[in-house]
Amino acid sequence: MYYVANIMRSKGDPKIVRSGPRHIPPADRLARSLGWFSIGLGALELLAPRRITGPLGMQGDETLVRAFGLREIFSGIMSLSVDRNAGLWSRVAGDGLDAAALMSAMNRDNPKKHNVALALLMIGGIALLDYRGAQETTRRPQIGRRRLYPDRTGFPKGLAAARNSARELLSRTKTVAS
Amino acid sequence: MKALVWHGKEDIRCDEVTDPRIEDPRDAIIRVTSCAICGSDLHLFHNFIPGMLPGDIMGHETMGEVVETGDAMDGKLKKGDRIVVPFTIICGQCEQCKRGNFSVCETTNRKRHLAEKVFGHTTAGLFGYTHLTGGYPGGQAEYLRVPFADATHIKVPEGLSDEQVLFLSDIFPTGWQAAAQCDIEPSDTVAIWGCGPVGQMAIRSAILLGANQVIAIDCLPERLSMAEAGGATIIDFKTESVMDRLQELTDGRGPEKCIDATGMESHVMPSQPDTILDRAKQMLMLESDRPHVLREMIYLCRPGGVISIPGVYSGFSDKIPMGALMNKGLTIRTGQTHVNRWTDDLLRRIADGEIDPSFVITHTVNLEHGPEMYRLFRDKQDSCVKVVLKP
Repeated sequence: MYYVANIMRSKGDPKIVRSGPRHIPPADRLARSLGWFSIGLGALELLAPRRITGPLGMQGDETLVRAFGLREIFSGIMSLSVDRNAGLWSRVAGDGLDAAALMSAMNRDNPKKHNVALALLMIGGIALLDYRGAQETTRRPQIGRRRLYPDRTGFPKGLAAARNSARELLSRTKTVAS
Repeated sequence: MKALVWHGKEDIRCDEVTDPRIEDPRDAIIRVTSCAICGSDLHLFHNFIPGMLPGDIMGHETMGEVVETGDAMDGKLKKGDRIVVPFTIICGQCEQCKRGNFSVCETTNRKRHLAEKVFGHTTAGLFGYTHLTGGYPGGQAEYLRVPFADATHIKVPEGLSDEQVLFLSDIFPTGWQAAAQCDIEPSDTVAIWGCGPVGQMAIRSAILLGANQVIAIDCLPERLSMAEAGGATIIDFKTESVMDRLQELTDGRGPEKCIDATGMESHVMPSQPDTILDRAKQMLMLESDRPHVLREMIYLCRPGGVISIPGVYSGFSDKIPMGALMNKGLTIRTGQTHVNRWTDDLLRRIADGEIDPSFVITHTVNLEHGPEMYRLFRDKQDSCVKVVLKP
């Protein structure tokens, strides 16, 4: 948008002299890393599925890999968004689908099943990270005791007085109008 | 000076920046004594509203003491004056300002070409609220340059604390305008969606404007308790059906007046499937807003009623039930707040002890802790309703 609209800051506006620390909680940082990883992997699966199917001995499954690529990209976008929790849970579910697809390639006839085993191991590790990220972003623990504010009326003279003065004002307005 | 600076999505930092200086004879510089984080700052935090640049200073709820003025103050402002700064920058001289339509001032948006492209016409310049509205540095800082300061200020009388008057900058007049544009009558039920700071102010405003019944809708216990304290009947939309409860509380007629104090980021939950679809579209940039509350209000408002929208919407909303809106003869009233239209009256009410807007403050911290407070406020942690920052 900046480049299309040529938005620029005005000359006299304050400029940064020294930048302060960036506040990103570890769970959000993990979500961000997994999100970008997901988009990268998804793009590879979508654009070059043979790079995946070849080493895994899964030739002929390119369409499935492309579909998985789309799924990865969507999960990655969600993991980078405000709804990162939904994105990370969708990644956990996706890990399950990946594992199921790889398991189907672990047959005796596959000459590259050692690669499949390695991929399964990697999926397991990534799934653990995904699960941890999803867990940590699911329940943001309530900091401090939950407080209620039953005494914060905002009316120093009390709620009844506020209602009364409103009624008086309305009746005065009516009298003036009639 | 120190300031809270936008660096990108969910990335606000407390940076050291250069001090502002007088650029125009109508400018003033204030030393900020109090400022606040607004719910609409969260839309920028989430990067839902386009037009921010990394390096922009946040904040549009600010007050402080005048430390320097330009040469064209005409006696209206002087060094040492204590002022609240309205979030809408106004010239006070254009046709819209003369009509009291301050938030659509025709002069103060210094990037009017952008606003004209996006909105069709320019609107007023706003502090710390994207380059569509002028790209003016915001007030979450130690010092602030106030352009058109001779018109853009509210002088604070002796004896009132910062906390009592700070919210004249935005949320109090915003809640007030939301209620005032409902044209409340003594028999009216006013339903308010969202019990954040603007919703809380709208509740009190509806009471002060004489509504028969005020109903507040939210899902957070702390906000609902505060709404109830202000005189509202509450509905927790996570545990109750909003439609059933509103019908029950209005003898099946529906509320005559509805206020949307939620805006473009309606709560996403499986029991409201439209919110999930909106969220997905938002992520794919097929829609900019999540207008669930607007849809619900159109559906539930009594025919012939008024829908008032102080909540911020940024661009495009899908699936608005125009058929229901038209056939029920509903009136929609909305807009950024014409702050100065209301502040004389509201200041008098504060001074008379009719209302004390400081009830909404739950957290007061130093400016340096601002970045953490954005997250705390966003995540509704620690029963947070309103954060005030002290530079």
